[in-house]
Amino acid sequence: MPIEFKLPREIEKQLQAVKVVAENVMRPESRYFDEHEHERPVNFIHMMWPQMKEMERANLEASLRRDRRLRENGGGGVAVAEEQQTRQRLGNMTLVHMIEMLSWGDAGIYLCIPASALAGAAIQAVGTPEQKERFLRRFTEGEPKWGAMAMTEPQAGSDTSNIQTTATYDPETNEWVLNGQKIFCTSGKLAYEESDGLIVVWATVDKSAGRAGMKPFVVEAGTPGLTIVKEEKKLGIRASDTVSFVLEDCRIPGDNILGDPEVKKKTDKGFKGAMRTFDATRPIVAASAIGVGRAAFEFARDTLAKQGVRMEYNKPRWKLSSVQADLLEMEAQLRVAWLLTLKATALLDAGAENKLAASMAKVKAGKVVTWVTQKAVELLGPLGYSTATLAEKWMRDAKINDIYEGTGQINTLIVARTILGYTRRELK
Amino acid sequence: MYSFDMTPEQKMLVDTVHRYAEEVLRPAHRDAEELRHAPERAIEIGWELGLLPSSIPEEYGGFGHYSALDSALYLEELGWGDVGIALHLLTPNLFAQPVNLFGTREQKEKYLPLFCGEEFPKATATLIEPVFQFDPGELSTLATRDGNQYIITGKKSYVPLADRAELFLVYAREGGRTQAFIVPRETPGLTVGERIKVMGINALAMYEVELDQVKVPRANRLGGPKGIRINRILTVSRISAAALAVGQARAAYEYALNYAKERVAFGEPIAHRQSIAFMLANMAIDIEGARLQTWEAAYRFDNREDASRLAVLAKTFADKMVLEVTDGAVQVLGGHGYVREHPVELWYRNGRGFATWEGLVMA
Repeated sequence: MPIEFKLPREIEKQLQAVKVVAENVMRPESRYFDEHEHERPVNFIHMMWPQMKEMERANLEASLRRDRRLRENGGGGVAVAEEQQTRQRLGNMTLVHMIEMLSWGDAGIYLCIPASALAGAAIQAVGTPEQKERFLRRFTEGEPKWGAMAMTEPQAGSDTSNIQTTATYDPETNEWVLNGQKIFCTSGKLAYEESDGLIVVWATVDKSAGRAGMKPFVVEAGTPGLTIVKEEKKLGIRASDTVSFVLEDCRIPGDNILGDPEVKKKTDKGFKGAMRTFDATRPIVAASAIGVGRAAFEFARDTLAKQGVRMEYNKPRWKLSSVQADLLEMEAQLRVAWLLTLKATALLDAGAENKLAASMAKVKAGKVVTWVTQKAVELLGPLGYSTATLAEKWMRDAKINDIYEGTGQINTLIVARTILGYTRRELK
Repeated sequence: MYSFDMTPEQKMLVDTVHRYAEEVLRPAHRDAEELRHAPERAIEIGWELGLLPSSIPEEYGGFGHYSALDSALYLEELGWGDVGIALHLLTPNLFAQPVNLFGTREQKEKYLPLFCGEEFPKATATLIEPVFQFDPGELSTLATRDGNQYIITGKKSYVPLADRAELFLVYAREGGRTQAFIVPRETPGLTVGERIKVMGINALAMYEVELDQVKVPRANRLGGPKGIRINRILTVSRISAAALAVGQARAAYEYALNYAKERVAFGEPIAHRQSIAFMLANMAIDIEGARLQTWEAAYRFDNREDASRLAVLAKTFADKMVLEVTDGAVQVLGGHGYVREHPVELWYRNGRGFATWEGLVMA
């Protein structure tokens, strides 16, 4: 599609509704949930659930339709491409805009949104149609529920291939037995203990096989053998549920290994498939980051304007005050991060390769909002540092975005390897 | 929708200008810089591309309409080729585009056809002044109305090709605002001074111009009684400069990347080291970011929206980006980046300029 920078009307309308929630439900409760870590933002959860149910239903139906077409056509073809175009035309673009706005409201509260989230992304990426129905239908009905993904372990963060949690198949009972531990699992408690949700747990079926041995397993809420051992106390996004858990002979049905038999073999197809979900989730994290950055920038700009210090766009650089120059720089950098995110999202919706764009967006957004939120506190002085305003909270909330979903350094590495055409061996 | 694909026509435009940049500008650029001279042949071939006439309406002799986005696309290729020679090629635009934007019907009829012919037009503009704290919104050059004429006095610098120009568009402060006046060369009181020397872009011949009680008829005030809005002209200029900067940066980044993959140190190409690879990655990210920002400002301008704020943001970011990228390119080449064998030292000298060249390019 030709070069165009126009917010589609459908998205604009939806955004208005989201802004109302952000302003009237999230902002007023921001400070409370920051100071009452591990309490749940129930108002927000119940307000968003009807809409989330609907989105999950639409996604699931569309995905199953696509799978049916693929089966009928023997795989691929024009029909699928067309279907993808119509359904996905605005799918991720809408999501990215919504998440930016929700994060502008409150990034921690946003992360409590009841949805299949990363678990849903993994199931969509590698699950069979039967598994999609079995696992994702619950997110379209009933009470609010959460999906979570558990990858990270004490010794394995960026180095995902170093996970030690094992999955052993028991042929007598047709079950997988999981043993190990996970940390930093977002919404783990919400998914496993506080709702009828599920956790996608990454485990290895063969440690010696490295990545090829890593498979995703679905542990449904309440399954015995999973114990939540810690609820993290964090720098920011304190409203978000972040937990550690231990798996001790946790038995799940044999059919709870995600993917078709091909994937179950010792190939890294499953791993790669799930890694591809990061191409979809990185723009979303970038969008969330930018929402926080925009909140901080707008607040700094508007607060200073009330004190008579206004941005001036038409003055040459050398006539701007230091504060005006800072504000200009903040706005320009935020804008760049947002445009990179939009491009990564547009490529995703068009079904095109977006790994480079997604990583670029994530690097830039993480870096920019860390800086912008730091600057906002600085420019606001003592009141910026004080809990009298939300600026200090936004700086604490912002920092995670350069860390999770692939750190800025890992994503820079991905960009570097891509532009240089290098493998892991050539560029460590 | 947010979409980012060029139309087939735009792709063809970019390919054509890129070929010119690769086959004509690049081979000529080092001599042009050292000899401080843009080769006539390069300008002839560039003029034959018809870039300026394609942005002038048919009724005035052109064969197109103005599109800031199309301009941004081809400017990136010109900047990739050589900024100095490109600025020479684009000098007539400094006169033509403001007339295109703000001229009265008579002014457009009189002047625009001059830019649609086969000869490279001898026209330029004078905006920048040799003062600290230069502000295009608060010029030192003054124009006062005296009956049926304007009297202009002031000192200008950075005037491209002033030595041969027959027409000057002179920006002056009049009635408390920046206005523009068409001044033919032979007007008494206009003196073309010395050629100036600057850090980079030596292929571009620029001069000081002095105006001492220069009198021009009322009809020569651009835009007639309504005059001009300098911010709109600067918006076009800022988008153009940002696009040129993206091209210059891309040139430096590509050169550094290719060098880093070849240059062996400690037994491996230096591109295998994170310090180098990460520099290149961050260059790529910011170049793409600057490009998108420039495109957005251009798109909104073409869409008849107020693009002035976005143009300022785009230029602010691009100015910083092009310096960082060209600086990084010198750094990647190490000692070899410091000598005038490789182009990166020139690109670094060019790179610093963007933040100081308000109004020097318009396309």
